Amino acid sequence: MMARLKQINPVFLVLALLFVAIAILSPYFLQPAGYMNFLKRAAPIAILAVGQLYVINSGGFDLSAGALVTLTVIGSSILLDGDASATWWVILAMLGVGVIVGAVNALVVSWLKVPSIIATLGMMITLSGIALTWSGGAPRGYLPENFRFFGRYLIKDLPLIKILPVAVIVMVVVCVAMWWLMHRTNYGKRLIAMGDNPKAALLAGVPLTETRIVAFVMSSVSAVLAGILLGGFAGVSTDVGVGLELQAITAAVIGGAQLLGGRGTVGATIAGALVLQAMFTLLNILGFPKPIRDVVQGLILISAVVIAGYRRRRSGG
Amino acid sequence: MNIPRPKNLAALAPFLLLLAAIAVYVSVAIATGQTQYLTAENLLGLLGRSIALGITAIGQTFAILIASIDLSVANLISVSAVLASSIMSGDPSMMLPAIAAVLAVGVVVGLINGLVITQFEVNPLIATLGMALILQGLLSATFNNFAGEVPEEFQVFAYGQVGGISISLIFLIALTVAAWVFLRFTRAGSNIYSVGGNPDASKLAGMRTTRVVIMAHVICSVCATIAGLYLASRLRSGAPWIGRDGVYDLESIAVVVIGGTALSGGRGGVWGTLMGVMIFSLIDSIFNIAGVDAFAKQILRGVIIVAAVAVYAVRSRRIEA
Repeated sequence: MMARLKQINPVFLVLALLFVAIAILSPYFLQPAGYMNFLKRAAPIAILAVGQLYVINSGGFDLSAGALVTLTVIGSSILLDGDASATWWVILAMLGVGVIVGAVNALVVSWLKVPSIIATLGMMITLSGIALTWSGGAPRGYLPENFRFFGRYLIKDLPLIKILPVAVIVMVVVCVAMWWLMHRTNYGKRLIAMGDNPKAALLAGVPLTETRIVAFVMSSVSAVLAGILLGGFAGVSTDVGVGLELQAITAAVIGGAQLLGGRGTVGATIAGALVLQAMFTLLNILGFPKPIRDVVQGLILISAVVIAGYRRRRSGG
Repeated sequence: MNIPRPKNLAALAPFLLLLAAIAVYVSVAIATGQTQYLTAENLLGLLGRSIALGITAIGQTFAILIASIDLSVANLISVSAVLASSIMSGDPSMMLPAIAAVLAVGVVVGLINGLVITQFEVNPLIATLGMALILQGLLSATFNNFAGEVPEEFQVFAYGQVGGISISLIFLIALTVAAWVFLRFTRAGSNIYSVGGNPDASKLAGMRTTRVVIMAHVICSVCATIAGLYLASRLRSGAPWIGRDGVYDLESIAVVVIGGTALSGGRGGVWGTLMGVMIFSLIDSIFNIAGVDAFAKQILRGVIIVAAVAVYAVRSRRIEA
């Protein structure tokens, strides 16, 4: 019994404790409107974190995700400018941009042998340059209602849970698909093998370049999806994506993902994203000024890695 | 063991990149008829515009040489500038206490970074990223605008000149020489290369590797605080966003890598870093002379960083990410 308990990832325990603390301090969060709103706000960061996990498990980083979120929001609003009939084309085009960005990141890493931190840093600078050039430095255009549907709309009058934000449905669908690919397919096994030991994986016949392309494309596409949700409920601004890549990496690390390869699971990463969001909510309820969020994020980031390392050494793996 | 030949080429690469950048600079200046940019004074002035980046990057070279990295330098620069200007508050007699306090903060931050990395075995990216978030949060919670001001006497650091050359430029070059002498001629310096090149072998050879890692991080953080002092002197006051706005964390890493220091540690040096800084400011000037739009400049910058790193990386047969 105790042995089994010890195997449970502590992130779930931390998450439960945070939920209890939030519920005691603010009973509003026990009502459907309260917790559904919480999940809606957590949806973009959860999706981003799971996408980032693919790259982390491959042994790299994707620092360009936040800039891609900004580009998605800015680009969609300029292209659409309130024209509801173009929404589907623009969403498809943005997903296409995501695929291209991910593929370029992966090819720069694979072919030019540039470390992923520098390759995606260059991509981050380039993408925010494109977003600023395109918009002229200030948000332009306007997102039509059917684009904002995904981030903002609430399905009402449901039995039991009463309301259900569309963003939560998107999060569940995307995360289940990403979980399936990571944990139930041969691709997922190849990805983790490559992150653990690229040379061994190569000798065992893993196509490194292809595996890496898929991993970076998953991260970029998840950034586009997160951008669509954020554009829906947060509106258009030029700094919407700033720092999100770091929050995504933090969430994955809180969930126990090991930097430079292997080990991370999708479930624990989602829990990590929820821990981060719950922590921000808690600080908000307690009335701390916003900058304190950064301090707390920094502290839990370091302690999560310390705890994960301690657990790993004790389990001898 | 056959040792690959391109070792000499790797040492030469930053110099070749610098020559290429100068060639582009000269031809753009001639092509656009702006030959007034072609004086030696102007070329030296290029470096003068990147003093803060240069000082930070010299420190970052130490962190990268031991196969670590420091993402907290930008926020440490802000902390240092704000702290310096609010302790001084325009009073010349407070200059020394302020400088001492700021340098002490640098030592403490570097010690914490080094201890977290060595004692808790936290990945340096995460450890220093966490430190960056903590510093920025504490700073923004306390200050939200320009704080204090530096006295006239302290502005000499940024604006003073000796024999027609600015003091800050002399300081940067002196710092580079000191760092080079330290790395090249002292036991501690060669330990840095050993630990960066092969930590396990260094440990087996009896080196106290954790001390070397901590020392490199202290040097890196102290350099960042000096850059903060310089910026406070130049801006006449410190603000909590100056480090972040200058993107000194990522830019210092980029110039170190462009200067030929390997991210995997153990290879490179400070002269390459100085050339990296010059390449960066040359690129900036080329864009200015050619009249490239500020945002388009950023796009090209991203591409150039990746391309420059690719120049080194493509020859190695690495398969890791």
